[in-house]
Amino acid sequence: MVITVNGKETEVAEGLSVLGLLESKGIAPDTVVVELNRDIVTGENFGTTMINDGDHLEVLRFVGGG
Amino acid sequence: MREESFEIGGLKLKSRLFTGTGKYADDSVIPGVCEASGSQVITVALRRVDLESDTGNVMDFIPKDMQLLPNTSGARTAEEAVRIAKLARAMGCGNWIKIEVISDNKYLLPDGYETAKATEILAEDGFVVLPYVNADLYIARSLVDAGAAAVMPLGAPIGTNRGLKTKEMVRILIDEIDLPIIVDAGIGRPSEACEAMEMGADAVLVNTAIATASDPIMMARAFGQAVEAGRAAYLSGPGAKHSMAQASSPLTGFLSEG
Repeated sequence: MVITVNGKETEVAEGLSVLGLLESKGIAPDTVVVELNRDIVTGENFGTTMINDGDHLEVLRFVGGG
Repeated sequence: MREESFEIGGLKLKSRLFTGTGKYADDSVIPGVCEASGSQVITVALRRVDLESDTGNVMDFIPKDMQLLPNTSGARTAEEAVRIAKLARAMGCGNWIKIEVISDNKYLLPDGYETAKATEILAEDGFVVLPYVNADLYIARSLVDAGAAAVMPLGAPIGTNRGLKTKEMVRILIDEIDLPIIVDAGIGRPSEACEAMEMGADAVLVNTAIATASDPIMMARAFGQAVEAGRAAYLSGPGAKHSMAQASSPLTGFLSEG
């Protein structure tokens, strides 16, 4: 299936959770916040939130800023 | 000097210098900057993770006892600022938010109307809202009504190191607004931070001037001292100014008399 992550279309396997996606990209789950189709997904729900074809995800973290 | 603290969002702060995490050549100096400055509040931004090449995490360098102040940089409307604020809160580092709503890319001047709208929505939602705005009395009053925890007028455009260009307008906010006034943006030298504090500003936020100094840790210490000096000068009640000389030494008992 094809999903959009941080503005880029990406082909991923079916039955993927948010946690599975982060792990496949080598991202430590406790360093990010995720938005799935404009709804915030918090860390404790990463494992149980499943991703579906056509979903839009934003994966964000704190960076340096003023 | 008397023990002094001020309070934002229920948190008592000893240091009146807020710092940032942007523009460091090397983020590993951030802990040293925090310690040398004495600052207890530090800003961060929220951005998309680069999924192709995972870079370092700025959070690894921020001491755990610092109050985090995420900003909404990148927001061009109130709606975008609210979205960023809620995402920042979901990171689990508290409910403070610095509202930045900017659609002018040349001067990075904040949009007061959109900022006030975002402030109202987020204050209602339980955030401690610190809005970054132009030094304008009417915007500041609208922020008071919107439930802001402080007002953060700019000294000069972001990152310019040009100093307290808005001095006269900031002075009016200090006189008229019954919320902490934190001068944010543009302060380039410790003397300028000191001047803002002497005028009665409650705090200053300094990022670029520290981060882009050749020795950020030494500059952080200088800013910390300047902010303390300025605050002490304000509390001490400076003497009157005069247009003509007022002798400091007695005008009697000169050798040449009689």
